[in-house]
Amino acid sequence: MNITPWFLLAALAAPAAHAVEYHTVLPKQSTIHFEFRQMGVPVKGGFKRFNTQMAFDPAKPEAARAQVEIDLASIDAGSPEADDESAGKLWFNRSVYPKATFVSSQVRALGNNRYEMRGTLTLKGRSREMTVPVTYAPGKNAATFDGGFVLKRLDFGIGEGVWADVSTVANEVQVRFRIAATGN
Amino acid sequence: MSTETRYSTPAIVLHWLMALLILAGFPLGLYMVDLPLSPDKLKLYSYHKWIGVTVFLLVAVRLSWRLTHTPPPLPAGIAAWQRRASAVVHGLLYLLMIAIPLSGWLMSSAKGFQTVWFGVLPLPDLIEKDRELGQVLAGVHKALNFSLLALVILHAGAALKHHFIERQPFLQRMGWSRKERT
Repeated sequence: MNITPWFLLAALAAPAAHAVEYHTVLPKQSTIHFEFRQMGVPVKGGFKRFNTQMAFDPAKPEAARAQVEIDLASIDAGSPEADDESAGKLWFNRSVYPKATFVSSQVRALGNNRYEMRGTLTLKGRSREMTVPVTYAPGKNAATFDGGFVLKRLDFGIGEGVWADVSTVANEVQVRFRIAATGN
Repeated sequence: MSTETRYSTPAIVLHWLMALLILAGFPLGLYMVDLPLSPDKLKLYSYHKWIGVTVFLLVAVRLSWRLTHTPPPLPAGIAAWQRRASAVVHGLLYLLMIAIPLSGWLMSSAKGFQTVWFGVLPLPDLIEKDRELGQVLAGVHKALNFSLLALVILHAGAALKHHFIERQPFLQRMGWSRKERT
């Protein structure tokens, strides 16, 4: 009995079976958090509702793309008082700009499941190019994409007027995200 | 004359330093809570917390000093019930000087704002962020502060009464002058 052809066939088929394109995002397992300093005190927050569209094939990372749309009304800015304040004109001016968006333009593999994603972040009508490091972790049920970057709030006019004083509320906001996605 | 009529200098310094801090922190707390959110409000909250942490540290120093140094005896002619009342009020004042900063620290943690002394030294959050617990602790903090206000009025009132009405040499016990005025 000769089983070699079957073995060869299985070996050939294996890489194809693993070439998954992740494109279905699991919102419940995905998070966007941020942290900033206020009078030297670290304050944590996040956004509860955001919509992510993405496509990522580990075999073709340069073809990957991602688009995130954040509902700014879903903010947790650390306290109910701050949540309310953030909606105002000096902050997000949410009645005019209810959403923040990020659209990727380029993805580059850095090796070791690490990638560099470039894209445009639009917030309060202002767009800025961002470079975001992302780490990909394949999982049994879903893969996760973890990343973070420092956003300078004043680049987007977040916190104008009296709030522009960065000695009270720091300019730097550390943003961290986790996107979970499957290939199904 | 070996009988001391005056508290030791460290005790006096600690007493007045803490009195100043408490007399600044209390109205500051009352004022800041109702302000609309602004950078000034954030600053005042921080100053209030820094004062509180300072009081908390000073009361530890003061208590260890008090426990290792005998205060001057009360002047003769003070009724026994007043001596007992004085001891109780002093005990309660110490208790509140510990409990008030502690309740503020815990409230701050429960509300999700770590206390960072002078914006530099972070105090650990002893409890997790919990909005409801934060509300409860705010009520506790306020009640303890009004108890302190009542006791401070009683404490200062009694000292003034003994000094000015009963003409007992009283205020110099906590005074700067080392001269005997009896």
